[in-house]
Order: sequence, then C-alpha cells, then structure tokens
Amino acid sequence: MSAEATNAPAPATLPPAGPAPQAQSRKRRSIFVRRPFFTVALVIAAAYLLAAAFAPHVAPYDPVLQSMDAMMQPPSGAHPLGTDSYGQDILSRVIFGARYALVIGIFSVLIGAAGGLVIGLAAGLSGGWVEWALMRLIDSILALPSLILAVAFIAILGQGVDKVVIAVGLSMVGPFSRTVRADVMQVKVQGFVEAAHLMSIPSLQVIRRHILPNVIFPLAVQVTIRISEAILVSSSLSFLGIGVTPPTPDWGLMIAEGRDFVSFAPWMSAMPGFALALLLIALSIVGDGIREEYDPKSRRGA
Amino acid sequence: MLLVQTLGKLGQTLVVLFIVSVATFGLLKLAPGDPVQIMLGSEYSQESYESLTAEMGLDRPFLAQYADWALNFVQGDWGTSFVARTDIFTYAFKEALPVTLTLASFSLVFAVLIGVPLGVLSAVKKDTAFDAGSAVFALTGTAFPSFLLGILLIWFFGVRLGWFPVMGYVSPWEDFWTGVYHMILPGLTLSTYFIAMITRLTRATLIEVLDQPYIAAARARGEPGWRVIWVHGVRNIAMPLVTILGLQLGTLLQGTVLTETVFNLPGIGQMLTSAVLGREYMVVQAGVMMTAFLFIGVNLLVDLSYPILDPRLRDRK
Amino acid sequence: MMLQQINAEALLSVSDLTVHRGPAKILDRVSLSLAKGETLALVGESGAGKSTIATALMQLLDGAEIEGTADLQGAGDLLSLRKREMVKLRGQRLSMIFQDAGAALNPAYTVGRQLITTLRRNLGLSRSAARSRAIELFTQVGINDAEARLSAFPHQLSGGMQQRVMVAIALACNPDLLLADEPTSALDVTIQAQIIRLILQLTRERGASCIFVLHDLALASQSCDRIVVLYAGQVVESGPSEEVLKRHRHPYTRQLESCVLEIGRKDLQAPEGTVPSHDQMPAGCRFATRCPRALDRCAREAPPLTPADPARSDARDHLFACWNPE
Repeated sequence: MSAEATNAPAPATLPPAGPAPQAQSRKRRSIFVRRPFFTVALVIAAAYLLAAAFAPHVAPYDPVLQSMDAMMQPPSGAHPLGTDSYGQDILSRVIFGARYALVIGIFSVLIGAAGGLVIGLAAGLSGGWVEWALMRLIDSILALPSLILAVAFIAILGQGVDKVVIAVGLSMVGPFSRTVRADVMQVKVQGFVEAAHLMSIPSLQVIRRHILPNVIFPLAVQVTIRISEAILVSSSLSFLGIGVTPPTPDWGLMIAEGRDFVSFAPWMSAMPGFALALLLIALSIVGDGIREEYDPKSRRGA
Repeated sequence: MLLVQTLGKLGQTLVVLFIVSVATFGLLKLAPGDPVQIMLGSEYSQESYESLTAEMGLDRPFLAQYADWALNFVQGDWGTSFVARTDIFTYAFKEALPVTLTLASFSLVFAVLIGVPLGVLSAVKKDTAFDAGSAVFALTGTAFPSFLLGILLIWFFGVRLGWFPVMGYVSPWEDFWTGVYHMILPGLTLSTYFIAMITRLTRATLIEVLDQPYIAAARARGEPGWRVIWVHGVRNIAMPLVTILGLQLGTLLQGTVLTETVFNLPGIGQMLTSAVLGREYMVVQAGVMMTAFLFIGVNLLVDLSYPILDPRLRDRK
Repeated sequence: MMLQQINAEALLSVSDLTVHRGPAKILDRVSLSLAKGETLALVGESGAGKSTIATALMQLLDGAEIEGTADLQGAGDLLSLRKREMVKLRGQRLSMIFQDAGAALNPAYTVGRQLITTLRRNLGLSRSAARSRAIELFTQVGINDAEARLSAFPHQLSGGMQQRVMVAIALACNPDLLLADEPTSALDVTIQAQIIRLILQLTRERGASCIFVLHDLALASQSCDRIVVLYAGQVVESGPSEEVLKRHRHPYTRQLESCVLEIGRKDLQAPEGTVPSHDQMPAGCRFATRCPRALDRCAREAPPLTPADPARSDARDHLFACWNPE
C-alpha cells in the first residue's frame, strides 16, 4: 500500500516546473544568483519572520482592540487594510497573525519530525516482523490525510493554540517516519552498520555515530519544506472553527469570520487570506529550492 | 503470479485497515468524558454506575470491546447522533458521503480535463512564454489555500457577477443540470490544486516520454502530430498520473472538508466539523473510518490498475 | 565541392547538408546521391553524423539548424517541405528503421495495432483488409504464427522479432526509400546477418532504395552497393563498395578496415584516438590529429573531395578527401 511498495517502475520524479536548473559548470555561483525566485521568496519569508518577531512594534494598533465606531471599514489611511466586524484593525491582526502562523508551523513540524525520527529509526533498524508491523503502522497513519488526522486529534484534545500545535504535529509523524526510514535503509546498505555489529560496537553508539548524521541532514531539509504544510493545516483547522479560538488574531480564523460578510466587506477575508497565500507561496518556492539543491533524489513525488 | 501479488496487496490492506480501526476505536476511549457518567446524569449510586458499566460492556478487556464495536460497525450499526438526531450510519453513509463523493469526483474530472491538456500544451511549447505562464500558475495553484480561493470565487462570480449560486447543494443525481450548476464553483475551488499539480506532472513526464524512440518511430511512419502526442505520448504517462492521483486522494479528501465549509455543502467535512464542536466522538470515528477506507480502497485500485495501464507489468514474475 | 556526378535517375540527391546544434557543427556540407533500387551505406564511428543524416532527411531532427537540400524525386526538397507535406511522405514514400526496436515500438500497444494503424492511416485500408495485409507482412518478415503475434505486446517478443516487426511496419506501404539506422546494433551477432539479409531481400523485391547507417565497413561492403565514409561530420571517402573496401585512398578508411580485420570485433567503433570535440576541431583536415600520414599542410588546409582514378570507368564516382592518399 505504501508508495515504495508498488512493483511498478517508479513514476518519474518531478523536475522543476520553472526554469531548468543551471548546468553543473555554474555550480560555483551562489544559490542566490542562480535562483532569483528563491532569493525573492526567501526575502519575503524573512520579512514575515521579522514582522512576527517585532509585531508589537510594527503593528499600528492592538490586534484585539475592538472599536464599535470603526466596524467593517474599507481600507483607508487610518486602517490600511480596513477593519473587521468588531472594529479591530486588520493590518495589526495580520501582523500578529504571522506570529501565530510561524510559531504553530515551526513547533508542529518539530513535533512531527521528532516523532518521525523515533518511528522511522525503529522501523529502519529493527527488521523482521517488528519492522513489518511498524511499516503497516506508518501506512495506517498515511492512510489519513493530515487535516483529517488533525481534526481527530483536536476532537480529543480540544481547541487552543497549544492543542493545534500538538494535533498538527502528530498528524505529520507519518510522512516524516517514511522518509527517515528510507534514509536509514540507505545507510544500512552501505555496510557500516553490519561492520559495526561484527566488531561488537554497541548499537546506540552505531546509531549515534553512523546513522543519525546521515539521517539528520535530510530530515532538516524535510522540516523546512514541510513548514508551509503545517501552516496550511493549522490555518485550515482555524478556518473550520475548530482550531484556535477567537479573538486570537489567526489568519484562518479571520478568513472564516470574513466569509459571512464577503458580499459587502470582502477585505475582511481577502487581507489575511493574501497574507497567508503569499507566505505559503514564498515558503513553497524556498522549499523547492532547498529540495533541489540539497535533496537531489527528491522524495516528494513518490 | 499476478494473483499471488494481488492477494498479498489485499492482505496488507486488511492489516492497515485493522490498525486504523483499532486506533480509531482507541480514539473513542481516549476522548474526555465518561460515557457512563454522561448517561446517568449528575445523581447516581455506585451500584447503578457499576451495573450500567457492565451492561455497556465497559468492564470487559479492550480487545473484547473492540471486537463488539467492530462487529457492529461492519453491520452498519454505528450508533446515534444526538446533534443530527439520526442514526449515524444513515447520516454519514447515505447523506454526507454522497455529497463528498460528488464534489470529489467533479473536481477530479475538472482537474483531469483542464490539467492534462494544459500540461500537454506546456510540454509541447516547452520554454516558451506559455510554458513559463503555466509554471507560474502551477506553483501558485499548488500553494494557494483552497478555502481562500473559494471565498474569492464566491465574491467575484457569485456576488459581483452573480453568475453562479454560492451556497447550497443540489444532488446532480436528482436534477443533473442544476446539480452541475451548483457544483461549478466548489468544483473549481477544490480542483485548482489538482489542476496545477496535474499540469506540472503531465508536463514533466510527457517531456520525458516525447524523447523516447517510439515517439520518433511513430512520426517516422507518418502519424500526424496530434496522434503522436495524444495516442503515443499521453497514453504512456497514464501510470505516473494515476499513481499521483491515488496518492493525492488524501489531499483531495481533506480539500473537500474545507470546500464544503466554504460553500455550505452537507458532506463529510461539515459532519466532522460539527461533530468535533458537539463532542460527538462516534461521528468523528465514522468520518475517520470512511476517509481511511476510501483512501486505502482507491490506492488498492490504483495498484491493481497498473497491469491495465502498462502491459509490461502483466507478464512480470 | 560538388564533384559528385548528379545522376539523372537519382531518387535522392543530397547536397551540402550542414547541421548545427548550438555551437557544434554535426554535419558539414555532406553531399550524396542514391539511384532507384540502390543501397548505400553510411559508415563511420559514433558521432560521425551518420544517424543525423537519416533523421534530418525524415525531418525528425528537433532543435538543430539545417542547411542544404535533399531532393527526393517527385517530392521536392525534403529539408524544406512543410510539416503537413512531410507527414504525408513519411511511412509512404520514406520510412525508417531504428537502432533499438524494443524502444522504437510503443510499449502500450500491441505490435499488430501499431502495424494495422499504419496500414489504415497511410493506405486507407479497411479494418479487415489491413488485418490480412498485416498477417501477410508478418509472414514475409519471417514471423511464425503471424496471426497470433499480432496481439503480442512489444515486450513479449525477442529483440530479433521486434526488429522484424519494425521492418514490417517500415515496408508496410512500399516506400521508395528506406532509412535503416544501425538496424542490428542492439541484436546478437547471429541475428544481425539475418535481419540485414531480410531488409535487403525485401527492399530489392520492392525495387526500393535503402540507406544503411552502419559502423562496420566489412558488413557495409558485403551488403550495400555503395559506401560513404564519414568522419566528424564530413564525407572523407565514397564510392562503390568494392572500390572503397579494396582500393581505399583515405587513411581513415584503412583504419576502419584494419580495425575489423585485426581484432575481429564487429562492434569495435573507434580506431586509436578520439574524434576532436567541436571546439577543438582543426582548421584543416579533421582527421589530421589522428592521421599517421599527416603532413604539415593537413593541419592548415582542408582537402577537397577528388576522384580516385578518373581513368577507370568502374571507379568513376570513387571520391576521397586527403592530401597524402595511400
């Protein structure tokens, strides 16, 4: 059932849809020169990071300050992105929203990566029926889309920022385990592990010395690539109304709140929506760039 | 040989289904709140608590409870939803599932009908302005959040232009054209990601296929350009295309959850969301089980379809 | 450079065919002509541009700049024909057999379907007429149990069988000119001869002309009427097979011949040394860097094609390009 288990020739991996990667001879030149889109995307992502870090200094208003005199105002000088149905300033909420998006995204990916590392290592190193059972477990996790899994975890955990981080993190364990296991298998083939066994070096030491270094780097690449997925899932939860609770300035929540007023105050949904979309597009370009540079055997397609 | 392989696949699939069901059942057990306490209300004696626990079988071992539950589940006895005031099986299987499946299949049809030609065109017009444009679309389309796109479509086509209805579900099985009409905006919302993805995949794989000698050979025996591309080229990208569609079914299913909320369609997504808000764990369980079944079932079909798509696999040992 | 006599009966006459791909010049003013019913071999090591000639004639060479003309009797210049007109010629008057038949047959369709479609589209035959013609063709190319084999997929056939299918498809519409691009290089030595003989027999029966692309001089001289030896995109020697094999004048032709004789390996491609890459191509004779007989002049001036022995009538069109011939 798993992607690797198919007996068919692997589907062709996806070369970049954009401009073809430059020839090897130009490898020397900096990645920023070779990939202008990547550079622009990285700058955008960095801008979000800065806005999130310095939100209180950048935002013109308190993001949860309600004002009955300024409800649903279209974008103007006083409120560059308009106000919402409680008279809260959308620009300030969008800036603070970057905080929530990035914090939730980064922490949940870290949870997913940690879980994936443990299960993936165990599956890759155990062999025999334990490996088989762990693989089926991974298949089972992968049988549920991450949003559905996150919904199920939210059902148990309840709502709130911390709950969303855990739910989204747990929902990402499956894909991480699969890639970690694949990397472990590759290291195993190279023979260090068996050699170490023969020299009766303790397993933990083998794992630390030989396996982890070969697994951690690709895992780090995966982490950066999957941050955008985590942000999308968490804002989806909020959009569904089961993620973080109002009046937290979360983009998904803001988009959902604006949905009912879309016919006469479309900016309420559109502004936080574009903030989210821009970040996701920037992160996915950054992710593609990192993947193509450091992870030549792209694992995402299969 | 094929039979042994197929049976092996089926066996693996059953194991995965078993694990999913145990986990889902465990979810119910983990959920906060003691069902006995809930049923008895605030005033009860220790004896009545124990007798009800025994009556509900909650004092028995986990696996025995699981077996009971699984048996009921297979028989379509999924419990009762208090929020929807119906039998969960009827609610989930007969009401919500058809809506979700209709939306998903419409989107899939849109995605293939738009994505494949777009990908073919960009492969044929490789490195032109059209190709660059479709690459930008593909990148934006895969990263753009669908629920935002849905709202934008509602605002533009529904509110500004007034061309399409923005809410509500009409079953195309009852009134085909009205149903289709109501499905256009949700279908587009959900399919944009897939159109973009299929465009990208079609372009990449077709460029590879068009370099194959059998393409040159087809041209050499006088086949016209359109036949070379559509009959000889596209036929050979069917397998990667079907594989990716199967693997991305999860993304499609989670997309329906969001799209249903945007357009107020009474499908599995709405069922799940309202169940989470109403703390109806049995309904969540039903939704999760149905999603997993769908995903696993479709991927099994994908695996089994390989020999049909690629004749070379029919004779493999 | 047009010393080659233009035959009034020529089915195909190529003149000054030049192909650039980016900065590289793959073919440099190649001229050759082919009479009706004649078989011609293009010989040289890989990278000499032999296959490029075949693909250029079919207009299958994508992403390259092509100059020169290639007149096919009754059709005009193959190199400048419009796409639509070319599509009509392909398969009908011109057809091609590829190096690796396994890769040149579409894996998704049965071999019968690929042959029958060709017959139906090019000749307008009905389904049943095309089918019986397909069975006939399969029998002609030596496929046993032809009817059953129609429904086989390419991967179910051996390499030799696959190439027989390709021959059947190529000859399905009785073309005037068949281009066979190393038709046996992917096959076992034992089957190679069978396939070559089959192609020769069937083209002869149909009165068709044939251009073989080969890298084996001995095989070329056994099977073809005339030979054109190519080196680094240029014609270095051409003429009747016997002449070129026995009385060759160009040192490169000698190397090609002695290679086969000395080592006895038919797949041997390169005599000593390698073809210079396009940015290191000498200004004079391109072979000068590897030539044992090279003079000072060779590095500076490119030798023109000259008649080998104008006095002998049977060596009329034996040409070579060398300052210090043997």
